[in-house]
Amino acid sequence: MASELVEKYFRKETLPNIWCPGCSNGTVTAAIVRAIDNLGLDKDKVCIVSGIGCSSRASGYLDFNTLHTTHGRAIAFATGIKFANPELTVIVITGDGDNAAIGGNHFIHACRRNIDLTVVMYNNHIYGMTGGQYSPTTPRFDRATTAPYGNIDRYFDICKLAIGAGATYVARSTAYHVQQLTKLIEKGISHKGFSFIEALSTCPTYYGRRNKKGSPADMLKWLKDHTVDIKQASKMTAEELNGKFIIGEFLNVEEPEYVEEYEKMIENLRVNYK
Amino acid sequence: MMATRLMQGNEAVVEGAIAAGLKFYAGYPITPSTEIAELCAEKLPFVGGKFIQMEDEIASMAAVIGASLTGLKAMTATSGPGFSLKQENIGFAAIAEVPCVIADVQRRGPSTGMPTSPAQGDVMQSRWGTHGDHSIIVLSPSSVKEAYYVTIQAFNLSEKYRTPVIILMDEVIGHLREAVNLEEYKDIEIIERTMPQDKENYLPYQHIENGVAPLAPFGKGFRFHVTGLVHNEDGLPTNDPKVAEKLIERLVGKIENNKRDIVMFEEKYTEGGDVLIISFGSSARACEAAIENLKKEGIQAGLFRPIAIWPFPDERLKEIYPKFKKVFVVEMNTGQLYYEVDRIVKGDTYVGKINKFNGEFFTPCEIAEKIKESFKNGI
Repeated sequence: MASELVEKYFRKETLPNIWCPGCSNGTVTAAIVRAIDNLGLDKDKVCIVSGIGCSSRASGYLDFNTLHTTHGRAIAFATGIKFANPELTVIVITGDGDNAAIGGNHFIHACRRNIDLTVVMYNNHIYGMTGGQYSPTTPRFDRATTAPYGNIDRYFDICKLAIGAGATYVARSTAYHVQQLTKLIEKGISHKGFSFIEALSTCPTYYGRRNKKGSPADMLKWLKDHTVDIKQASKMTAEELNGKFIIGEFLNVEEPEYVEEYEKMIENLRVNYK
Repeated sequence: MMATRLMQGNEAVVEGAIAAGLKFYAGYPITPSTEIAELCAEKLPFVGGKFIQMEDEIASMAAVIGASLTGLKAMTATSGPGFSLKQENIGFAAIAEVPCVIADVQRRGPSTGMPTSPAQGDVMQSRWGTHGDHSIIVLSPSSVKEAYYVTIQAFNLSEKYRTPVIILMDEVIGHLREAVNLEEYKDIEIIERTMPQDKENYLPYQHIENGVAPLAPFGKGFRFHVTGLVHNEDGLPTNDPKVAEKLIERLVGKIENNKRDIVMFEEKYTEGGDVLIISFGSSARACEAAIENLKKEGIQAGLFRPIAIWPFPDERLKEIYPKFKKVFVVEMNTGQLYYEVDRIVKGDTYVGKINKFNGEFFTPCEIAEKIKESFKNGI
């Protein structure tokens, strides 16, 4: 199955990729590609836009219309693409540093507009490309090169941010729960409006080693052991949920979509100003 | 027959852009450029175009590049502080070779400075604002009518050379209202993007000496990669030093080696005389009046007015400055274009500078006085 996907959707001349052995970026990227394949989308009409960071290098490996932008700005570039050519399916690949720190403003405003983009945020809790600095999603008291005595920043829950800012599809899964992740990305792409899928991932090289998280396999197992499905979570107490990530679909609602609203306005002008 | 209209400089930019085929505007409010955004919001829906107000200046520049990659002619407008914020993505457009137009209506800086007062302090920022080696085209109009013309040429040059082009206005020209008749531009050439043919072997960054490959729009079956990283001819990233050198050489060369096609200037009384005044934008208007004033005093002055200030029309300047006893560069800053002129004249002739940077516009008298003084003092 995997080799078939590689054959069909990857630029084989770009492989092998630059990711470290044991990195789960490939797993999340494969989930995106599988979702596209399951939906039977036309490759010529899919546009992948990414920012800067380890995960954002994925766009170069994929055989679609691909745009590797500046740090934090992928959503703003993607907004221009989708607004200019609504027939394209626009998927943004970003990371926790790219999207939750430097790109935060673009993220919240794209949520607010409810523009039809699907954003997949690979959350490995660290800046990997620059060698392991703490990000807005590095857990409190964990260590990073810029937090040698432990990180005192509070954790940023980007799914909650997305819901608060007006996104209409919000979900979370992990690099361990590949089938669920694929399904959620598929639903996100099919959803009309702004979709956000957080994919918890692993960085064995910079985050794992410094925080003694064990092997790449141990880190994936950690994801399995520290996540609770949203249905099960509803039956659990706050105490029981402490230290766990809830996974599943948080929000799936219909609201007016930005590009359609603009087109409606133009149509209205055409009728009334003729 | 087109009627004569009263038009504002910022409005002329919008009219010129629409005539050139503008279909996408993304912007953020900032004085003194806001009228450009307001008029685009009003007019674009009627010409099959789209307008979006983004969350900030950075996003506006990003959205413009994204839209241009789908094949639409796209622009944004801003002023000093916003122009600074856009620089990183202007650099992206430069290396990724995405056509786009940016109007910078200059105000007094640095920082917030004087938001409603004129200045020409962004001459160097327009040339070197983004990091790294690159070349860029910067056009600076001196009148409302010329703002219209220059905007059309900005789109033409950006499509022809796959480069960001900056319209460097100043508050005076942006807000000036003049009676204009655009009849003479009725049949002006509009350059459209060429569509590549071969989908299988498409090289979006093919090495063409002093030139560019055609840019395919996203969504038409070419499926190529666009990145701000140094890249091969197929667009995919590389660290190969040979490729890097060749790419940077081509990015710079496609503009510098086509200078003769790009430069625009106007001259007046340049057959020779006592003093050659070099000025641009609104300052050049005050210089024109100062020249008449000087003539009455027996001082023969000429005017050399670059319209394209980057690349600077150095070949022409080299031909005319030896016919004058001295040269003055007049600009609303502490001296920026002065350095380019001084570099070209290379000590052959005295180059003086006349500057104003207090947020007020030049009067012809003060320019004439300074020149007269220099003759009295025997410089």
